[in-house]
Amino acid sequence: MNELIYFFNYVVVAGSVTGSIYAMGAIGVTLIYSILRFAHFAHADMMTLGAFLVLLLTLLFPHAGEPLGLPTAVVMLPIAMVLTSLAAVGIDRVFYQPLRNHGVKPIVLVIASLGVTLMLQGLIRLFSGTGAQSLYVDARKEIFRLEVPGVTRPIILTEPQIILFVVTIASVIALHLFLTRSRLGKAMRAMSDNPDLARASGINTQLIVTLTWVIAGSLATLAGTLLSLDVAFKPDLSFFLLLPIFAAAIVGGVGHPFGAVAGGFLVGFAETLAVFNWSVLLRPLRDSLPSWIELPNNLALVGTEYKIVVPFFILIAVLIWRPTGLFKGKVI
Amino acid sequence: MPLLEAIDVHGGYGGMNILNGVDMTIEADEIGVIVGPNGAGKSTMLKAIFGLLTITGGEIRLRGEAITNLSPHKLVERGMGFVPQEKNIFPSLSVEENLEMGAFLKPATATRLKQQIYEFFPPLKEKRRQPAGELSGGQRQMVAMGRALMNEPSVLLLDEPTAGLSPLYMNEIFERVKTINAAGVGVLMVEQNAKQALRIADKGFVLAAGQNRFTDTGQALLDDPEVARSFLGG
Ligand SMILES: Nc1ncnc2c1ncn2[C@@H]1O[C@H](COP(=O)(O)OP(=O)(O)O)[C@@H](O)[C@H]1O
Ligand SMILES: [Mg+2]
Repeated sequence: MNELIYFFNYVVVAGSVTGSIYAMGAIGVTLIYSILRFAHFAHADMMTLGAFLVLLLTLLFPHAGEPLGLPTAVVMLPIAMVLTSLAAVGIDRVFYQPLRNHGVKPIVLVIASLGVTLMLQGLIRLFSGTGAQSLYVDARKEIFRLEVPGVTRPIILTEPQIILFVVTIASVIALHLFLTRSRLGKAMRAMSDNPDLARASGINTQLIVTLTWVIAGSLATLAGTLLSLDVAFKPDLSFFLLLPIFAAAIVGGVGHPFGAVAGGFLVGFAETLAVFNWSVLLRPLRDSLPSWIELPNNLALVGTEYKIVVPFFILIAVLIWRPTGLFKGKVI
Repeated sequence: MPLLEAIDVHGGYGGMNILNGVDMTIEADEIGVIVGPNGAGKSTMLKAIFGLLTITGGEIRLRGEAITNLSPHKLVERGMGFVPQEKNIFPSLSVEENLEMGAFLKPATATRLKQQIYEFFPPLKEKRRQPAGELSGGQRQMVAMGRALMNEPSVLLLDEPTAGLSPLYMNEIFERVKTINAAGVGVLMVEQNAKQALRIADKGFVLAAGQNRFTDTGQALLDDPEVARSFLGG
């Protein structure tokens, strides 16, 4: 039983955490692609930027969360979401929109977004330094241990993990309702389907573009912050996020927000299962194994430090065998 | 005062001139039909009117007011509707959502108008929850026209609404165009099925190489032996 709890803690919980983060990042990538038709490589840095703004606000008002009984970083999230959205819209106006108006090819926008990546990384590093910093300033992370009867090992969940699950579920439901029920959400899908016809229908496509950045920027802030809250804020966060969120968006079929959610969880769980130490699950069987089998202490498919290869291989496999993604998306 | 006037319109794509002085006038209660060989600039002319193309010379007026080079968005606000030749639906949106997008600028009237469109194009009612991309060619054309009608336009531009349809569907669409026109909507329509289209036309424009070759009533063009020989296949 202890082994099952171990599996739950290190696979189910850890996979859901990673999956939620990737899902929220991938939704942004996929929405931006649907509306603006380019791969936004600066997206992982928008996640970092969001988390960085939360860090700044938390350092400024370290006790703001206490009256609400929530981590200060969580209370600062709405403000950081607004600021990151503004930054995203601003970046679009200054860097991407002039290129779009020139009618450039998508690859030019991709390169521009690489430029934005470098710029954002430099800026964040300039202000945050290069080290890791906890988003718990003057406070301690709450850890919940759920005892399971008859088992010594508890199920462990941290406060940021619980907040992450709640936020992810709420965001996905809200996005679904927005896209299928609201006039602007339907217009967003219409523009993704056929931008010229959207314009010919009187849809204000500029407004839809702005809205896309606001949604993508807000989700990026949520994902980046909750990840940093669970681990720590690092200025090079995006380095570890970029590949998996693109893999997730492509696995899910680019242009499908719910495919991106599925893709996020698929990549997240694949990564977690790949670094999981299977030896632990086999340990109870040790006595019944023939004596010539020596159970190694570590039986993981890939070492934790190499887990980035997992999304890489998923990406390659999908691009070779199913370039439209698991759910039919637009081929890039 | 004419509903729609195009005077000596010049324009094209990226410096290449396609329209070399086109004139067109239709009154509020009229159907105008543009015919002519492939590549004559018929679609280009509709795009020019609808602001999808920069006009380099000439003028376009709606009820006497200059609308030359206004954006499509502004023109939709002024009551112009446009159904392109291709890609004229939102394929992944349901039929109902396609119609709602047509009323994007007038959400308050959407519910009432949707009912009218369903009465007007009955096959759409039972398919209203289906993605429009899954419909047959004729039904897609109905979705496309329905979407444009949802904005209650006073002038409707249709680019080859019967292209690729069976004769049965073609006549059905022409009947609908007549009904729309009778309800007070001016129609300017490009058609490959030239003879049938000119039969319902108040005005006909024969375009070739970006210029008017013949301009007359639909009936007069049908009766003109030269038009028949050169443009209507004898
Ligand atoms: N988007 C475009 N860019 C450049 N040239 C175009 C474009 N669309 C059409 N053309 C050219 O303009 C000419 C007129 O096209 P069009 O107006 O579509 O003719 P039609 O009378 O068959 O509708 C053709 O020579 C065509 O190749
Ligand atoms: Mg044409």
